[in-house]
Amino acid sequence: MSDLRKIIIDGQEVEVHPDLALIQACEQAGIAVPRFCYHDRLSIAGNCRMCLVEVVGGPPKPAASCHMQVKDLRGGRNGELPEIKTNSPMVKKAREGVMEFLLINHPLDCPICDQGGECDLQDQALAFGRDCSRFEEDKRSMDEINLGPLIKTQMTRCIQCTRCVRYMTEVAGVPEMGCTGRGEDAEIISYLDRNLSSEMQGNVIDLCPVGALTSRPYAFTARPWELKKTESIDVMDALGANIRIDVRGREVMRIMPRNNDDVNEEWISDKTRFIWDGLRNQRLDRPYVRGTDGKLAPASWEQAFTAIADKMAGLSGGQIAAIAGDLVSVEAMWALKQLLAQKGVESLECRQDGALIPTDNPSAALFNPSIAGIDEADAILLIGTNPRLESPVLNARIRKAWLNGAEVGLIGQPVDLTYEYAHVGAGPRSLADFDQSGFYSVLKNAKRPMVVLGNGVLARRDGLAILGTAMQLAEHVGAIQEDWTGFGVLHTAASRIGGLEIGFVPGENGRALPSILDGAATGAVEMVWLLGADEIDMNRLGGAFVVYQGSHGDAGAHRADVILPGATYTEEPGIFVNLEGRPQQAMSAGLAPGEAKENWAIIRALSAHLGATLPFNSLAELRAQLANEHPRLWDEMDMPARAAWQPLVAGAMDDTPFAPTIQDFYLTNPIARASQVMAQLSKDAAERAAVAAE
Amino acid sequence: MLSDSDRIFQNIYGMKDRSLAGARARGCWDGTAALVARGGEAIIQEVKDSGLRGRGGAGFPTGLKWSFMPKEVGERPHYLVVNADESEPGTCKDREIMRHDPHTLIEGCLLASFAMQAHACYIYLRGEYIRERQALQVAIDEAYDAGLLGKNAAGSGWDFDLYLHHGAGAYICGEETALIESLEGKKGMPRLKPPFPAGAGLYGCPTTVNNVESIAVVPEILRRGAEWFKSFGRENNAGTKLFAISGHVERPCVVEEAMSITFRELIDRHCGGIRGGWGNLKAIIPGGSSVPCLKAEQCDDLIMDFDTLRGLGSGLGTAAVIVMDESTDIIKAIWRLSKFYKHESCGQCTPCREGTGWMMRVMDRLVRGEAEIEEIDTLLDVTKQVEGHTICALGDAAAWPIQGLIRNFRDEIEDRIKARQTGKVSAVAAE
Repeated sequence: MSDLRKIIIDGQEVEVHPDLALIQACEQAGIAVPRFCYHDRLSIAGNCRMCLVEVVGGPPKPAASCHMQVKDLRGGRNGELPEIKTNSPMVKKAREGVMEFLLINHPLDCPICDQGGECDLQDQALAFGRDCSRFEEDKRSMDEINLGPLIKTQMTRCIQCTRCVRYMTEVAGVPEMGCTGRGEDAEIISYLDRNLSSEMQGNVIDLCPVGALTSRPYAFTARPWELKKTESIDVMDALGANIRIDVRGREVMRIMPRNNDDVNEEWISDKTRFIWDGLRNQRLDRPYVRGTDGKLAPASWEQAFTAIADKMAGLSGGQIAAIAGDLVSVEAMWALKQLLAQKGVESLECRQDGALIPTDNPSAALFNPSIAGIDEADAILLIGTNPRLESPVLNARIRKAWLNGAEVGLIGQPVDLTYEYAHVGAGPRSLADFDQSGFYSVLKNAKRPMVVLGNGVLARRDGLAILGTAMQLAEHVGAIQEDWTGFGVLHTAASRIGGLEIGFVPGENGRALPSILDGAATGAVEMVWLLGADEIDMNRLGGAFVVYQGSHGDAGAHRADVILPGATYTEEPGIFVNLEGRPQQAMSAGLAPGEAKENWAIIRALSAHLGATLPFNSLAELRAQLANEHPRLWDEMDMPARAAWQPLVAGAMDDTPFAPTIQDFYLTNPIARASQVMAQLSKDAAERAAVAAE
Repeated sequence: MLSDSDRIFQNIYGMKDRSLAGARARGCWDGTAALVARGGEAIIQEVKDSGLRGRGGAGFPTGLKWSFMPKEVGERPHYLVVNADESEPGTCKDREIMRHDPHTLIEGCLLASFAMQAHACYIYLRGEYIRERQALQVAIDEAYDAGLLGKNAAGSGWDFDLYLHHGAGAYICGEETALIESLEGKKGMPRLKPPFPAGAGLYGCPTTVNNVESIAVVPEILRRGAEWFKSFGRENNAGTKLFAISGHVERPCVVEEAMSITFRELIDRHCGGIRGGWGNLKAIIPGGSSVPCLKAEQCDDLIMDFDTLRGLGSGLGTAAVIVMDESTDIIKAIWRLSKFYKHESCGQCTPCREGTGWMMRVMDRLVRGEAEIEEIDTLLDVTKQVEGHTICALGDAAAWPIQGLIRNFRDEIEDRIKARQTGKVSAVAAE
């Protein structure tokens, strides 16, 4: 390609893009340049001076490779190619010098530092530093700062790289940290000495190259080399963030993000990161059966299965219903669907919030523009959604688009989204009259307009009408283009799209959620299978016989007549389809506690008990059969083809303003509700809200 | 000696009327419109031809700097920023211009801004300069009232506004990009370069930052011609220059002299000689606190200009000559400078943030002799590790005085350490 520039790095000729920083060019050439302050996704600070390289023919001093771009390089007088060196004596000396300076005021307390073993400073000191220290003066120490219950600070270890400050300001959009003081007294602080309020503050732990900011819940519990690392998928929201689960023995010790530019870049929300203590509490570790005294009593698997079989024997398919929750894998839903199909059950429901998502129209159900597509959007209209709570990482992506010039409008509750937006209105009326608002022309004139509808809106009685209106609006403003579908639904549940895809939805004569609940209340539905579904109103289940299959003793388990203890997403492999339709595989990082089993296996075992054994003996066999019907979900594991645009018709909407979909970000699912950390965060957030309201 | 008629700053001692009327009587604002009428290109060429080198310390040719500005004004306006954040220890020349001869500066601002097609100019004044601010503001107000600033400034047809901004007293804000940051209302921390201010400076617009003296001499250069200015000083070191002599001379002063004047003439003629006679001279710092010191032997035939001093491993800097006689504890003097730089380091980049404190602490012990001989080399090595590795030049400025000390007075440091170790006071160790 002609726009590449030839340069020489350490004698090796490479072709690189002129806009790259030298440090990136070196990376492309396979040469590692040490760095502390530089980070791909943050602005350039150039303050650590660790990445100095020699520019041949330049000034007689080394240049910061994170800041200097390839296009800044000049070739020699006689047409020689521009040349940089990363291994010359000048560079070696510069690195040693910077390393020594970084270490003189850094406490050498590695043995008691949680960063030990994964510390940039440690690693780079070994690779690029001097062999001994010449500093004989007293070391500087710093006061601790309070960043809240998630981030533990040890500011004496800080090397003032300002990654955390830049992250909080640029990515999280919550400028609560800063660098004050001058010279030696420069220190990183939280401006108001208050807990950070961001929903994705935990990422500064990963960003911090030293042990100044570490995870408080994880503090002093494990060393990185003791941990087994499993690459997996997060289920706390519909984004499908790529994560790494670190376990020691059976316990999940921590959760970290993995890089995936198309999904979460390298950020995860605090709920994703700190959920792990919820995996240990309130676990269902053995089956229970409700006895004649009305109390749940521990039982064997045999007893539990017998209780279910006895009940099912007397029921027809129409009297049975199943509801899948938010954290359920595709395999579990598919297995349950197969099991119940044998009985002729058609009342399957994967939309436990009652959202009226069309089951046969992907263009009305998916986040069509794709997550990465947000980067392209130049005008975004949010309808009835608060992405900051519904998917904080996706919200950071919208913020990134906003920073790059995109304009944002919102119809719904005016909340702090971490970026500026035009508040168009509060409810459907503003949607109906959108063409009279100031944001209309912005959206209409945009090259890549985007309309995002909150999933919560669809749970309204007039949800389909709003969906239709929003789709018509998207079409009207030109959001539907040859290579761009600028309309998407922002889902909140990890299992939702997967459930829709495999058809865990009411069949022809089946009941949808409201009808299941009504049927249970009147007695028409006698048995309800809750597959990890805890967010429905249990009081409406009437006298139905309830089977709860799940991992935590939450609302569903309390109501259940039989409890089948299942594994969580960290304990069984499973496919999850994210809001844009991307199938991803979560992996098992450890075993489920006690007698709890993988969810598909429970259903397979029960089928044998019922005398109608399902035709798979392993997860692999199950998946092979799943792939026959849905090759995209397993064999191909591919993004869906662009959905054919089928706009719904607009309908009559009532005037009630859009209500928030998520009441409490930190307590949206049974695992989170079992977590002490989440409880603390929820309390803090409530206090902050109370203070803000005053 | 420079004759009085060749002095650009006729009121540098403050003996005459500093008001607009007084300044006009001395030739300021004479035919300004005609100078503007020559056109921007011609003005820049004249300044280039005059050989004027920046008076803020680095000595970069002023006319060349101006020519880096875009030739045409694009979407973004051009700015001139005058660096009046004169904070270097020993340097006190610009304040004399601002409080006694402010109209030279104001007229210079107009001409320079016009040459670079800037309609606005900011003067960033050191926080501690209260009287200077008052005097300068009075002069600016006078100029506005007389129509010399504002719309159609001085009848030149050029609309020009001049703003005086008072800093908050940080040395680092004298670094041009830190100054711009501070002027924008941010924390005064130097920016990474490139982009240079001429490409993206104040508010991201093309900006030139010049020292007060560099701007204040421009009207006179234009009036008298480049050849006149060039006639002073040696080749490549043209012009007249304000020298600020402080320390152990009989009469410390700020005086305008021709470049390339000998040190001896400068001291004898204007300062009444060294305190206690020439034999009593120990060392000088020839260009403000950030350049390495010179020993007395080097001062005998010393020519005060950029190239000579650079050749000696020092520099002319701001031409603020700090004279030290034999009574000086030179180690302590340099330690004081180290303390200054440690205090003024902005803390942004590692070598300066950590290095200035380290150097100061070692210097602290060297003053008392509580060190090992080997530590002198360690200290020298540390200064080399700071030098050239930082974002701005403050790291260099902190390193050079110590390098100069070790280069010239190593024996004295060693004597003090030995005296401390043996308990015998050597003849050389002062204090």
